[in-house]
Amino acid sequence: MSANIAEMERRRAAARLGGGQRRIDAQHAKGKLTARERLDVLLDEDSFEEIDAYVEHNCVDFGMAENRIPGDGVVTGSGTINGRLVFVFSQDFTVFGGAVSERHAMKICKIMDMAMKVGAPVIGLNDSGGARIQEGVASLGGYAEIFQRNVLASGVVPQLSLIMGPCAGGAVYSPAMTDFIFMVKDSSYMFVTGPDVVKTVTNEIVTQEELGGAVTHSTKTSVADLALENDIEALLTAREFFDYLPLTNRSGVPERPTSDPWDRLEESLDTLVPASPTQPYDMHEVIAKVVDEGEFFEIQPGHAANIICGFGRVEGRTVGVVANQPLVLAGVLDINSSKKAARFVRFCDAFDIPIITFVDVPGFLPGTAQELGGIIKHGAKLLFAYGEATVPKITVITRKAYGGAYDVMASKHLRGDLNYAWPTAEIAVMGAKGAVEIIFRGLGTEEIANRTKEYEDRFANPFVAAAKGFVDEVIHPHSTRRRIALGLRKLRGKALENPWKKHDNIPL
Amino acid sequence: MFKKILIANRGEIACRVIKTARRMGIATVAVYSDADALAPFVQMADEAVHIGPAPAAQSYLIPEKIIAACKATGAQAVHPGYGFLSERTSFAEALAAENIAFIGPPVGAIAAMGDKIESKKLAKAAGVNVVPGYVGEIDDTDHAVRIAGEIGYPVMMKASAGGGGKGMRLAFSEKDVREGFESVKREGLNSFGDDRVFIEKFIENPRHIEIQILGDQHGTILYLNERECSIQRRHQKVVEEAPSPFVSPEMRKAMGEQCVALARAVGYYSAGTVELIVSGADKTGQSFYFLEMNTRLQVEHPVTEAITGIDLVEQMIRVAAGEKLAMTQDDIGIDGWAIENRVYAEDPYRGFLPSTGRLVRYRPPLAGWTDDGQANGRRGVDGVRVDDGVYEGGEVSMFYDPMIAKLVTWGQTRDEAADRQIAALDAFEIEGLGHNIDFVSAIMQHPRFRSGELTTGFIAEEYPEGFHGAPASAELQRALAGIAAFLATARADRARRVDGQLGKRLRPPSQWSVLVGGQTFAVELAGDEVTVDGALLDLAMEYTPGDSLVEAEVDGDVLGVKVKPTRGGFQLTTRGAIHQVQVLPARVAAYRAHMIEKIPPDLSRFLICPMPGLLVSLNVAEGDSVEAGQPLAVVEAMKMENILRAEKSGTVKTVHAKAGESLAVDAIILEME
Repeated sequence: MSANIAEMERRRAAARLGGGQRRIDAQHAKGKLTARERLDVLLDEDSFEEIDAYVEHNCVDFGMAENRIPGDGVVTGSGTINGRLVFVFSQDFTVFGGAVSERHAMKICKIMDMAMKVGAPVIGLNDSGGARIQEGVASLGGYAEIFQRNVLASGVVPQLSLIMGPCAGGAVYSPAMTDFIFMVKDSSYMFVTGPDVVKTVTNEIVTQEELGGAVTHSTKTSVADLALENDIEALLTAREFFDYLPLTNRSGVPERPTSDPWDRLEESLDTLVPASPTQPYDMHEVIAKVVDEGEFFEIQPGHAANIICGFGRVEGRTVGVVANQPLVLAGVLDINSSKKAARFVRFCDAFDIPIITFVDVPGFLPGTAQELGGIIKHGAKLLFAYGEATVPKITVITRKAYGGAYDVMASKHLRGDLNYAWPTAEIAVMGAKGAVEIIFRGLGTEEIANRTKEYEDRFANPFVAAAKGFVDEVIHPHSTRRRIALGLRKLRGKALENPWKKHDNIPL
Repeated sequence: MFKKILIANRGEIACRVIKTARRMGIATVAVYSDADALAPFVQMADEAVHIGPAPAAQSYLIPEKIIAACKATGAQAVHPGYGFLSERTSFAEALAAENIAFIGPPVGAIAAMGDKIESKKLAKAAGVNVVPGYVGEIDDTDHAVRIAGEIGYPVMMKASAGGGGKGMRLAFSEKDVREGFESVKREGLNSFGDDRVFIEKFIENPRHIEIQILGDQHGTILYLNERECSIQRRHQKVVEEAPSPFVSPEMRKAMGEQCVALARAVGYYSAGTVELIVSGADKTGQSFYFLEMNTRLQVEHPVTEAITGIDLVEQMIRVAAGEKLAMTQDDIGIDGWAIENRVYAEDPYRGFLPSTGRLVRYRPPLAGWTDDGQANGRRGVDGVRVDDGVYEGGEVSMFYDPMIAKLVTWGQTRDEAADRQIAALDAFEIEGLGHNIDFVSAIMQHPRFRSGELTTGFIAEEYPEGFHGAPASAELQRALAGIAAFLATARADRARRVDGQLGKRLRPPSQWSVLVGGQTFAVELAGDEVTVDGALLDLAMEYTPGDSLVEAEVDGDVLGVKVKPTRGGFQLTTRGAIHQVQVLPARVAAYRAHMIEKIPPDLSRFLICPMPGLLVSLNVAEGDSVEAGQPLAVVEAMKMENILRAEKSGTVKTVHAKAGESLAVDAIILEME
């Protein structure tokens, strides 16, 4: 081996050691893998190609000039997940606690720029103590450079963040602007100001886990899409998730072989909707029996569970599924469910993923909490998202589609391509009893009951809507998969463009 | 012969009767409640009549509605199945008044046997052994305590009109009698409209063995051998077999003849069953006592059909039509061995709590059975018979019995029949509600079951801490490791067939680390060869992603495994247990050592509602101190009152629910300090 090559090998080895064995051991003791180990789990075997391994910081203050570690706290490069290209960065907590320096930030920016140029997703593994204080404003500038790229990449290439350690202060805003966030339970947290500051300022006592842990963010705040048990589970789940994603907004959805017949009939769906309109059922069953092999990747399962969002495949090709869940709050639309679904619909639309919508919605949730919380604007987000979406949209109304919520849920009027209804569907301005009480104000109980029956007979079916063309066809529940698969085939050539605009003004 | 009969029942037994009737060329009429409008028995019958809302008391239990349906359809006879109106004399009488035949015994026999006290007197008089006990009315708890003292503990208190495990309670001491007597009375009143209670000696090491009787209207009465139904839970039969491993030919003859004598004494005809309690301690087989006579077709009749080749339903119909039995006692043989497992909608992993709901997936090992009229037909297909009345997408309703299906297997030997059970249970797919498939499979594999040393206490004795899955042998774990790696490889291979790849298609990993039951196995797949921990595993299987059931041939034996992909592995269900299997590529598994084992939070502080149901009563208030085992609350589900007890001693900190509330599963009822 020539001396030059030997020197290269020596430097590589040094770079790979990050912050040194002692810090690696400390990382392991916390149940966390190192930055490179994580990439090893995330990417296909031997596919990771690192760049910028020798980058060092440029700080000379506070004795930092003598304290340089190659790589500067982040491992960057590219690799493949099941053969498909992905750009990655993985913050190295063993090096300066993963703190972001200007150079550290520039490394991340470099791979983001590459990803944008060639059209491939970016996955960031976050494990950082925050800004490199010694660098001061240079570090802040670095963050902002990343933020700007997150913004520009949004809607161009999918961006996924895995929070695998601390992520606090301004640092949270980079993942916040990516498409999806997965967090690891117990070892990761995200907050703008931590428990100490909170205590000083507001005198509230709160733990890191309560304030910004994986459970908090995946249930209460909706900041995180998924909470996973540990590093390995999080990384393997990210691989599985990546398989659903298109590489870019122009690539179209990935396709893989399946032996699930496209025209598989599910007789049991014919009996899913209970006879009583007040009895709930699990909409997951419809989804599982429609998508390929029953496999459905649900996002935010623990937040606003009255609406279900996630990815499945039909004939091997990714679809986005949005569905009201009668099992939770009767499937009502409220602030949280509207926001959750709106963001999901917009992701699908941005990346050319067809949207399948299953509707069983009794309306918007009434109450002061909702009204004063701004349900008007938040509900409008979902309406807006569906209305602007130009991807193939197939809607199946399984039961209730009442009032404004009917309009919102990918109705025909919002350019739904194929709007189906099961024979159990009821498309009406509201429930029969409520309607009768308004139309026939002041009638006695018995008369109300009679009129309600009359109203139900007239409107509690899909045919009134079908007669107006609001429903394209009333279908057998058992044929739902066949209808959707065929519909998606026919819609592959769909070309629809919104009027030219700089961008829209969705009610944020 | 009848041209048309009506089946005054539902579910599997209605299907069962229709099958035989159809083979005999008899048209069938089903009656159904709102809850059963789409049920298979309604579809199978030639005609169906709606008889009311879901609760049985408003539909299946109303004789007038049944009779009206007979008239409307011109049915000449009614088969009552079991339960419902099958043993109600007033129903049989009402039919007789309308000149509709009752496919069952004469009214007098039903009446004589329907009362537990009366039937015992009759049995004694007919020369049948009876258990020591008090025959007569019991005034109150004090009286009951005196009687129990005279008989000697332990004693059994039973509602006089009870059956099916309801209205029975065991007392080991005076305290138990004082606690339980009133509630037995109450249950008797609530369930059967009769609050009389009787008390008798409780036989230790008891076995439940019963004799199948078949008689015609011309004086012939035969016994069709015995069935052993010792494996019961809360007096509800779970496993039945014929013949019994305890019964010798002499004992069979002695029991059979006594039971025939009893049947003769009440002028019995049609099918009936005399239940006997047998002391397993007395190996001579002479300690058998009359328990009761069921004047109807039993749930477990298929095991008798399988070993005798006689279609009991056919015989009942022929007898009702006045035909003579075409056989004699000498014609009744025993061919092979048959076992029946009752597949219930109850969750053995959660204390056997009732678990009603939708059958999201229902795939029995074979779709029903076809009685082709040949004796062998009663054994189903290849020794497997499924008697069911449910369908995928159907509901196991809270209104009726929680039995989903009866799985019957037949073999030349007892072991063969049990092995067929295990294989059939492995292939039995039920999702959407809790079921006892794993549990009955575990029983089939249990060494004590295999030895034939059964008692009615089998389940309580062998599963004192509840059921947590059948133990898996080292070989089985090794096989599961190989299977899991095979599945993972197939899935990885498919994932790597996605389009849009950077280079040439990657091969799936070939080296895996598989975690099964706390044990890690290194599995390598090379070509057709599977190596587990360095040793070759003789494994042949096929799997296409999406398959929910795979058949793996391991060392020449077929192993049916239910497969459910999970995050990082699979849930594999086979041989009576669910295995959460983690499968990682070997290079990833190297990092597993760094992961911190997370200890699930201690929930023993909480009293959690184990099933959806109504909180009937809450016995404690905040601040009360409670002893371990003390009843804290009563939750009613499936018409059964379930007493929830304190897991450990402590003080009640907060109460989260109040009586009368409907609770969801896992709802917190109260919290201890």
